[in-house]
Amino acid sequence: MNRYSRHIILSEVGQKGQEKLSASKVLVIGAGGLGCPVLQYLTAAGIGFLGIMDHDLVSISNLQRQVLYGSSTIGKNKAEAAKQRLQDLNNSIKINAYPEKLTHKNALQLFQNYDIIVDGTDNFATRYLINDASVITNKPLVYGAIHKFEGQVSVFNYQNGPSYRCVFSTPPEANEIPNCSEVGVLGVLPGIIGSIQATEVIKIILGLGSILSGKLFYYNALTAESTLLTVNRSENEVKKVLENRGNFEDTPIEFYCEKPCTDNSYDEVSLQEVFKMKNVQFIDVREPQEQPVIEYSQVTAIPLSVFEKNIDKVDPEKIKIIFCQIGVRSIKAVSILKKHHVGNSYSLKEGAAEFASYLALKNKN
Amino acid sequence: MKLKIKYFGLLAEITHCDEEAFEFSGSMVSELREALYVKYPDFIKKNFQIAQNQILVSDQTVITGDEIALLPPFAGG
Repeated sequence: MNRYSRHIILSEVGQKGQEKLSASKVLVIGAGGLGCPVLQYLTAAGIGFLGIMDHDLVSISNLQRQVLYGSSTIGKNKAEAAKQRLQDLNNSIKINAYPEKLTHKNALQLFQNYDIIVDGTDNFATRYLINDASVITNKPLVYGAIHKFEGQVSVFNYQNGPSYRCVFSTPPEANEIPNCSEVGVLGVLPGIIGSIQATEVIKIILGLGSILSGKLFYYNALTAESTLLTVNRSENEVKKVLENRGNFEDTPIEFYCEKPCTDNSYDEVSLQEVFKMKNVQFIDVREPQEQPVIEYSQVTAIPLSVFEKNIDKVDPEKIKIIFCQIGVRSIKAVSILKKHHVGNSYSLKEGAAEFASYLALKNKN
Repeated sequence: MKLKIKYFGLLAEITHCDEEAFEFSGSMVSELREALYVKYPDFIKKNFQIAQNQILVSDQTVITGDEIALLPPFAGG
């Protein structure tokens, strides 16, 4: 009896489909909660060439969900321990273990050798690195991520579809979003989410059904509810990544993480203080349609949504006073400027309406 | 207008509910974001995308739908 007979008798797969699977090369980054089920099902399905990348070692707290490992592999490198288990499951496929970290130096060359990339990592810096390297090397990326009882899956960079940055353009600040080791995770959840990732990999190879490209699947294990959200491609986000292609290997991974959150209270000023200052540039970070319009010569409009892209409009020689409708987005803008080491920037405590009435009063006097 | 807002991930931990009715008087997604910041100041330091009738939209979008979902990125793997 053929190992793959249950696949082959499916008219949608057949002998031809099975041959496609064995001719495919898939790289799985992270052999943890998500990586384990992905690897297990791809191995069982007979993907011809599997790459496993993980620099981490198996620990006892992994065994609650990382089903490829056992007591005998505690302390071993995950990529190597996974390879050993998977070769026992299917010795007719070739498996490459990379017991190292993915970096800006090795990513592009490694991705070139594979057809599909699977993201099973547990931190944002690596997720953005994987996305950018997939965009640059033009490889479909099967993304999965989990939080306690909830998960997300999507396929990025597939036939000119959206990328991860089209969903989440800005990396979160450090410590903003915890990972599983900090808040815990229901052990079976990565099994569900990873299995959906493996399904998408197989569908892409076989050209079956509709691929989760341009869609983000969200699942909540507690309510057993799922939602399918539509994601549109942002040409701008993709273009930015492609334009950085030349510098990619010189951009260390830390670049993808912002600085830790800090107390912003001392970055706020009131209107009364502002009008005592000299050499001021006012920056309006509201979107163009928002009311009231501030008619004042020293105001530069840079909506928060495009703030980072237009940072060159900020005058380094002046004191920057940033305002919005109520003084919340302006704090965010100040933290963006700080990240870019632009000092002398303050958020206006009052909003645009107070600013407008203050100006009207000033003009009268 | 009355919107139905769904909260995912750690946003639901801040609101202590998965979903609620939300009275909103503005017209843009950016204004909704700001109104949410006022109701839930802890949202300010959180990164999230807003979906309107199951479509992820930018902050410059006009609100036309009545079902909103707030989606943060997840780190875990």
